[in-house]
Order: sequence, then structure tokens, then C-alpha cells
Amino acid sequence: MQDKGVNAPRRAAALISGGLDSLLAAKVVLDQGVDVEGINFFTGFCVEGHTHAIRKKDRSRQKRNNALWVAEQLGIKLHIVDVIDEYKDIVLNPKHGYGANLNPCLDCKIFMVNKALTQDVLDRGFDFVITGEVIGQRPKSQRADTMPIVARESGAGDRLLRPLCALNLPPTLPEREGWVDRDKLFAFHGRDRKPQMALAEAFGFSDYAQPAGGCCFLTDERYAGKLSDLWQARGERDYDFDDIMLLKVGRHIRPAPHYKLIVGREEGENNFLSGYRRQFVHLNTVSHTGPLTLIDGEPTNDDLVLAARIAARYSQGRAADEVSVDVHHPSGATEKLRVAPLLPTELEPAWHVGG
Amino acid sequence: MTGDPGPNDARPTRLDARGLLCPLPVIRTQDRIRTLKVGDVLEVVATDPGVLHDIPAWCRVHGHRLLTSERRADDFRFRIEIA
Repeated sequence: MQDKGVNAPRRAAALISGGLDSLLAAKVVLDQGVDVEGINFFTGFCVEGHTHAIRKKDRSRQKRNNALWVAEQLGIKLHIVDVIDEYKDIVLNPKHGYGANLNPCLDCKIFMVNKALTQDVLDRGFDFVITGEVIGQRPKSQRADTMPIVARESGAGDRLLRPLCALNLPPTLPEREGWVDRDKLFAFHGRDRKPQMALAEAFGFSDYAQPAGGCCFLTDERYAGKLSDLWQARGERDYDFDDIMLLKVGRHIRPAPHYKLIVGREEGENNFLSGYRRQFVHLNTVSHTGPLTLIDGEPTNDDLVLAARIAARYSQGRAADEVSVDVHHPSGATEKLRVAPLLPTELEPAWHVGG
Repeated sequence: MTGDPGPNDARPTRLDARGLLCPLPVIRTQDRIRTLKVGDVLEVVATDPGVLHDIPAWCRVHGHRLLTSERRADDFRFRIEIA
């Protein structure tokens, strides 16, 4: 925090997710003459970006980083910060627990506000932090009783300003000191998006992001199921970056506790999975067009035959009597198998990880 | 990462972000630029098509000058002059 002269412009760090609420929150404060810079945290679980690049079906969607788009709309700088490693502790040990799935939303907000406070990228210092939080917007992290918890445990205290719902909360330091005019802040609450949409229209914003399923994979039931399965199979709650990336891609099929298959669903996923060929046993169907399949774990020879039958099941040869499958080992050795594609009735529903 | 020049070398600093998916190439670019000085040139090589949008956008947001943007057979290359 900086000690400034009376007339020095006040500086604020705005958490920018790329969504509408953080865009509006920053805009409201920016319009009051405050010098605002944006911060966007990359946790590795962000829905935007990666999956669009991987999946061919998503390639028709506009490839823009929504946080950068927001910064351009606002005319502010944006610092994108890699917190993949630090964030692990939030995912594995959330003090306030999880939401409906493995989403540690309250701990996440506390973490991000704290990081915004301590980011050395804002090397000129700042006076307060802005978020787009709205009371009642999210059942886990944006409630009347969690607002003071975020302020207190992040260390921001009353230097944390939520412009969209400020009138439902006690005045913060920026309001009391007159750095921002409380009368120009808002009293939004609940899950109704109409007030935000009306404010966006008033500001002239029309092309903002509206993620249907939230912006974090940890809120996704299927993804959370795959992450839980990973932890169970390995006997420990841990992950690295490649783990959480691979959980976003392909069909995950676990015929036995000691190994699972990751089967590409289309060309984009096959291309992405091919980047991991040197780290995993992987299978290609040779006689028929088919997916790239990685095997995570320690399969036996019998397991490899079953894996080849499963890979054949998802190839163009699924109705053939026999499909040729090459099994490539990380050592460089290749085995050639000829297998009968697994019948749909032989593929146990319980093998599908994440439902 | 390869090709860091010595103090008297006029070659641009080079950042190899191939194989990284967005936003990681932008993050690595941002972090590298923080170590450079005004007028230096950074060359970025990346493979995720998302960089075609993200790196120019990031340059605009921070006021850096995008000297060139090149789409090649196997990768994308950018030259950025630090403002």
C-alpha cells in the first residue's frame, strides 16, 4: 500500500476473470478517475483458452482471451499471472471446503485477493483491490456471510471494494476516504443477471463473455469425478500440470485400478495427446482409422490386449472382425496386436471415469 | 528458451513457447519482457493458434510495438519491441 499526496490519483488492482461482473466492477471505479490495473490468474483449471485450442469442435469459437479483451475495452493494463503451483494447495487443502464438486471457491477468492495485494507486477503499488463479487451470486463464495471472510482472510480488510454490491455492505476505506464516490456504486444482489446486463448496455458493452458452465473446471461434475479418480488410483491427493490438462481431454476409461485409457475423441484431441507419446504407452489402430489412446498406469500384457480392443472399439473398424493395433512403449519398442474390437456390451459403464 | 544475446549482440532475445497452450505463451512473454529494457526486441515462437490473437492483444494492452507477426508451416513467430 502506498502513502500518497492528497491529489495523487489512487491506484486499484482489479481482479479480471474475463466475465461481465469483473468488467463492470473495474469500469465503475475507472470512471471515477482511479488508476486501475487488471490482474488475471491462470490456475490451470480455467475453461477458457486451453480447451478451445485442443478440441476441433471448439475452433469455430472466437479465439480470444476474454481477460485481455476486457482490458482492451477498459483501456487498462492486464497482468496474467501463472499460479499453477501455488494454487495446488488451495485445491488440495481448502480451509473452507468444496462447493458442489471440487471447487474451492471461497478459498480461491481469498487466495486471489491476497495475491492481488502482494503482486510485485504492480510495482508502483496500489491503494485498494476491486472484485466483481455480488452478494448471492454464487452459493459457495458470494454470500453475505462470506464477504467479510474474504476481506479478512485475504488481508485486504476494508481495502477490498466490491463496486457492484457495495451499497449492501459497510463503507470501505476507498469510500470513506472519498477515493471513490459511494453514491455511484451499486446494490446488486442475487443470481439475477439483468442489472449487470443493463449496466453493460449503459456502458456500451455488448460482446462480453457469458460462460455457460462457469469459468473453472473444478465446478464441473465430470471433471471433478476424473480428478477424484486420479487421486484414488494413485493413493494420494496430488497432481501436476500435465495431469490436470489430460483430464480435460478424451474419454477416460479405467478397466482396472492400476491403469486407465485416455482415448482421443476427435482430431484435435488426438493431436494434443500425441504430445504425450513419449511419456506414456500409447496405441494406434493401424488397419482402420482410429483414435490415439494413451495408457496411464502400469498395464500387464493382458491389459494391453484389452486396451487394444477398447481402442479398436472407437476406431472405424469397430464392426470388423479384427483390427490391427500398434502398442508403442516409451522405450521406443512397438508391439503389433490383432484384436477383436470390444463389443458395446463388454464395455462396462463403470469403466467410464467421470460418468 | 534459446538465443539470449550478449550485451553487444544486436540479435533479438528469443522466447521458445512452442508446445504451450494459451495463455501460457502470453504469460512467458510477459515475464520475459519484464527482464528487458525499453527498445529491446523479443522474438516469440509459439505453436498454439490462440497466440495469433492473444499476443497482439497483450502488446496493445501494454503499449508494446508488434513489429512482425508471421504464420509459418509449423509455428507462429512474433517480434515485439518493448515500450
